[in-house]
This record gives sequence, C-alpha cells and structure tokens, in this order.
Amino acid sequence: MSDKEPQPFGTGDPYDFLGIDTLLDDEERMLRDTVRQFVRDRILPEIADWFDQGYFPVDLAKEMGALGLLGMHLKGYGCAGTNAVSYGLACLELEAGDSGARSFVSVQGSLAMFPIWKFGSEEQKQEWLPRMATGEVIGCFGLTEPDSGSDPASMRTRARRDGSDWILNGTKMWITNGSVADVAIIWARTDPDDNDGGSYAGFIVPTDTKGFTANDIPKKLSLRASITSELVLDDVRLPDSLRLPGVNSMRGPLSCLNEARYGILWGAAGAARSCYEAALDYSKERVQFERPIASFQLTQRKLVEMMVRVNKSILLALHLGRRKDRGQLTSAQVSFGKMDNVREALWVAREARSVLGANGITLEYPVIRHMNNLESVYTYEGTNEVHTLVLGQAITGLNAFR
Amino acid sequence: MNIVVCVKQIPDPAEPGSLDPGTKTLKRATKLILDESDSYGVEMALQLADAAGGGEVTLVSMAPNNEVSGLRTALAMGAAKAILISDPALAGSDALGTAKVLAAAIKRVEGADLILTATESSDGYTGTVPEQLAELLDLPSVTFAKHIEVSDGVVKVQRQTEAGYDDVECPLPAVVSVTAGVVEPRYPSFKGIMAAKSKPVDQLTIADLGIDPSQVGWAGAGQEIVSVEQAPARESGEIFEDDGTGAEKIVAFLENLKVI
Ligand SMILES: Cc1cc2nc3c(=O)[nH]c(=O)nc-3n(C[C@H](O)[C@H](O)[C@H](O)COP(=O)(O)OP(=O)(O)OC[C@H]3O[C@@H](n4cnc5c(N)ncnc54)[C@H](O)[C@@H]3O)c2cc1C
Repeated sequence: MSDKEPQPFGTGDPYDFLGIDTLLDDEERMLRDTVRQFVRDRILPEIADWFDQGYFPVDLAKEMGALGLLGMHLKGYGCAGTNAVSYGLACLELEAGDSGARSFVSVQGSLAMFPIWKFGSEEQKQEWLPRMATGEVIGCFGLTEPDSGSDPASMRTRARRDGSDWILNGTKMWITNGSVADVAIIWARTDPDDNDGGSYAGFIVPTDTKGFTANDIPKKLSLRASITSELVLDDVRLPDSLRLPGVNSMRGPLSCLNEARYGILWGAAGAARSCYEAALDYSKERVQFERPIASFQLTQRKLVEMMVRVNKSILLALHLGRRKDRGQLTSAQVSFGKMDNVREALWVAREARSVLGANGITLEYPVIRHMNNLESVYTYEGTNEVHTLVLGQAITGLNAFR
Repeated sequence: MNIVVCVKQIPDPAEPGSLDPGTKTLKRATKLILDESDSYGVEMALQLADAAGGGEVTLVSMAPNNEVSGLRTALAMGAAKAILISDPALAGSDALGTAKVLAAAIKRVEGADLILTATESSDGYTGTVPEQLAELLDLPSVTFAKHIEVSDGVVKVQRQTEAGYDDVECPLPAVVSVTAGVVEPRYPSFKGIMAAKSKPVDQLTIADLGIDPSQVGWAGAGQEIVSVEQAPARESGEIFEDDGTGAEKIVAFLENLKVI
C-alpha cells in the first residue's frame, strides 16, 4: 500500500500495517518477492505431506542454489554476496513456508559454508564453497553432543594428532542434514600442545570418510520436514589439510551460531506472519452465531495482538539487519532478537491455533505445523534461557550460567 | 543471436485495479510490474540465446512515468539491456499507436535477429500489437508460438492451433508472438537481481524516436472507448437431482450441446 495518500480513520493494511515495505530498497523487495514466489511454488503445495511423512526433499538444494539462497550473504566463491537484510528477508520468507526449509538454508550457509569462508584456507574455500553454493555439496554442522548442549565447551569429541593426521572420536547429536550431508563441519576438543595452544578445532569431514556414520533421529514431532541425525565418529582419520586453520577456540563454532541466529530471528517472524495471516483469513470466513468470528471482540483482540507482535518482530529484525550491514551488530543484540522473536512467534502460533478451532490442529492449515516447528527453534541455536542469561550478563555484568 | 523482447509493465493484477472514469482506461499511476504473459517471451529469448551460444536479449517497453520496476525483473532474469519509451504524449495510445512506438524503438537495436512478444497483454488484451509491429517493421510475423527453434537464419515454430499445432518456418529476422505457459520462466537469481540495477535502461521520449505527437496517444488513437460495462454475471448452471435417471439426463444435455 502506498504511503502517499493519507489513510482514513480506522483503516490499515492488515498485511503490512506499519508500512515496513517502504523501509526496503527495490533490490531487497525483488529478492524478497522472488523467495516468496519460490516458497509459494515449490514448498507450500507439498509441505503438509512432507511434514506428515517426516521428509525433506533434498533435491530442493539445487533449486535453492540456482536461486542463490545458499551462502547468499557471503562474498566470492560463487556466493551471491547480498547484504544482511536480504539474507534476513529470505529467511523470513522461507520460514513463512516452513522452518525446515529455513533450517536447511541456515545450516548450509551459516553453519557449514560460513566456517569454511571465515576460518578456512584459500584451498579449502576454493574446493568447497562453489559447490556448496550451487547445492551440489550439502553440509552439516556438528557441535551438540548427547551430553553437551547449552554448554558446548563441555564436548567430549576429541581430535588426536597422529603424525601429520588427526584422529577423531565422539558422537554428535541433533545434527540437521546429518545423514544427507556430503561434508560435516565437526568441532572437537584438542590437546593445546597439538593445536597452537588451542583447545578446540573445526574439521571439514567428508561424510564418506571411513569411521563416519549418520543415523537419523526418528519420531520427532517438530521440524518433521527436516532431517536430524546423530553422527558417530569412530577413529575417523583426516589429513591436517581438512582442519580449519583460522580458529582454535570456541570462538569458531560460536561465531557460526551468531550468523545462523541472525537468520533465525528473521525466520521466526516469518512463521509468525504465516500463522497470523492464516488466523485472519480464517476468522473472516468462519461464521458462528450467525457472524464471522472475526467480528467478536475476543477474536479481534487475538488478531490485533498477533498483528502487533508480527510487525514488531519484523521491525526488530530489520533494525538488527541494518546494524549488521553497518558492522554494528553485537552478539548480545542477536540474542535479544533470537530470544524475543522466537518466543513471540510461539505465542502467535498458539493464539492463531485457537482461532482456527478444530481446524487448527490439522495440516490443512499451516498453524500447528509452525507451532510444533517453533518448539525446536525455541531450543536450538541457544535456548530461550541461554539467550536470557546472555542478556542478563550484558546488562548486569554478572554471569549467571554457573 | 540478438533477440528483442517487447514487454509491458502493468498494474499488479493481485491489487484491485480501478478505471479512470474520465478516460475509461485502467489507472496506471500505481507501481507497475512485468506482465506475466511477457515473462514467457523473456524466458524463451534467454533460452534461445543460450542455445545459440550467445547473443544479447534486449527489452523494449513503453510505460508511463519512466516506470522501470517490471524491466528490472526481466533484467534480473538475464536480459542484457532495455529501452524504455515514456512520454506524457503517449497517454491514451491504442494498439497501433503502441506498435508505432515499439517499432521505432526496435529499429534502434542493432542486429536484432528475432523479435518476441506475448500474444496479448494481461491488462489490455487487444492482441493485435505483434502483427502491427511486424507490418511496420516489414518483417514476417508468426503468432501463437508454443515452441521455437532457430537454425541457419530460419526460425521454426510450432504454432498453437485449436486442434494441436502447425509447423511453421520463416526467415529471420521475424516477429514471433509467444503463447503463455509454454516455458517455465526462471526465478531471477540473487546475482541477477543485484546485477540488474547496473544494466543499462535507455530512457527515450517520442521526440528521441522522431515520432510526431499527433500520431500517438489520444491524438493519434483510431479508436475510442465509448463505454465500459460490467461483465454480465454468469448464469447459474442447470442442476440435475439424481433420481436414478441422472446419467441419462446428463447424456441428453451433452448431446444437446453437440459435444458427444
Ligand atoms: C531440530 C533440531 C535441530 C538441531 N540441529 C543442530 C545442528 O545442526 N547442529 C548442532 O550442533 N546442534 C543442533 N541442535 C541442537 C541444539 O542446538 C541443542 O538442542 C541446544 O543447544 C540445547 O541443548 P540440549 O538440547 O542439550 O538442552 P540442554 O542444554 O540440556 O538444556 C535443557 C534445558 O535446560 C536449560 N539450561 C541449560 N543450561 C542452563 C543454565 N545455565 N541456566 C538456565 N537454564 C539452563 C535450557 O535452557 C533448557 O531449557 C538441534 C536441535 C534440534 C531440536
């Protein structure tokens, strides 16, 4: 809707109430519209079945690659090199489709390609990034372990030097794309004597390396249209050329997570938007007591609360995106966005679910799918509690983690 | 091979449009987008240039207010450059006026081997511009192409008919109109989107094209929109309750229509 004409009292655009569209430039809008169209064409028609069957179509990777979605905010090596706001907008549109699609793109771009781009050698970048940008090579990111989640520094996976090689042993858990990945970025503990004094290292592990196995985690009720696996590393032998030379501390994985979380804080707003719009459309059609349920004050309150939260979430995301593009975004600000936008999205999803009544519990509508997905989003990439403690520490100077 | 694609930028069909009661034409002061029916021509052109191993795709568009957003979409898909003719004198142009302007612009494109258009625009639906264009350019015209191949200076077209298609050949250069839906238009890639803003858009007035204002716009229009009527509401169909004779009634109905 144009900003040129003053809007009469009591009117507004239900789909962009604050006119956030006008804060984007033409290029950002075109990119956003392209991803929205892609989601409409390639994800929405089938997502309910994929979710129902617990399936993610890996073939989508190449289509996403052709579009430029994979590693899109990285410069060079076949990556599109967009700004951070565009990356965010793409995450928003993808997650308005399904968190599974957005997770795929987050993992590929921010968790698998980013560490190679940031900490890899020139040879490693040349070898891996162009093929990952096209979707020919799929990556995953192994940090979490069965006994090491919010406290990843406590990981048990070890990399031991053996001459010029490294030998990796350990188990990674909850790894998105694990069993379909061609390459895994594996974080492991090291002996500082072997690693320039550092206690951690990241490795580029081709998944066909002897000793590497991936087992899918079954019976998930969330992020069903996404593959989540356990990775087992049993005496996996790697040359030193597959170690990321640029980092030897927890700063490595944490900086990747910071990139991915930035995408998630946009994505969550997309899931929320989808739920709100589903509830709005439904409530105007659904008649009870001879009136559309949207005409009841209780329903209007729900709709307005949803609308306000969706708009605030997108504004927050855009603000953080602009800061990121200016190089001013701090990791605590990312925590602010991840914590708040995901919890608001969950709130919106649950509220929308109630507006849809019984229909709200089926996959005919997107709401319960988003609601279930967001439970994972609430936990991964730093739980809600962890980000709260990050913010608590930032404003008090006191560490409440332990 | 160098290909020109005529593309129209139209009001977004997703937004409720409105008619200007004075001119009885669609209001075009809003943001315009690439007419979807032209996206097939753009895609076809990109594929043909690819198959020929190179060449440029040039867009030609006539639009009010120097509107470029629809052109940017086609440039993002991969077209190399665009010519945009925008002039207050063009308001009210009919199909022939439009064809004159497009023809004059196309003449400025050097070495154009093939000119593609849609069969009709989604907002105006006159469906006559491609043939007028061919006549004005003195080129052969092939309409309703569902498949195009180019080899040795000849364009081979499968021309959509009611029953199927005709195989038609004609020498290049030629004007070919492309039927909607026959190729799948690509999504503009992110690299394409970013490159699009630095691709040249040559913005021209009718004076630049040497066209006399009396030949175009309201002044030159050979047609007049006398009145605009609501489309008649569709009549409700006939409902047969199945009392055991439903099948016979349907057969009788279809026989009556002479479809079986
Ligand atoms: C679908 C899915 C996909 C995933 N994909 C990946 C992936 O690709 N790669 C990867 O490495 N990991 C992945 N993860 C793992 C994810 O990052 C972890 O689940 C997350 O870090 C939390 O760890 P945890 O599950 O072990 O929970 P825990 O750390 O055991 O936490 C359990 C609860 O305790 C709370 N808690 C923990 N410590 C504190 C504290 N100090 N103060 C207050 N509360 C605390 C937590 O907030 C939480 O509520 C994925 C998870 C899911 C669900």
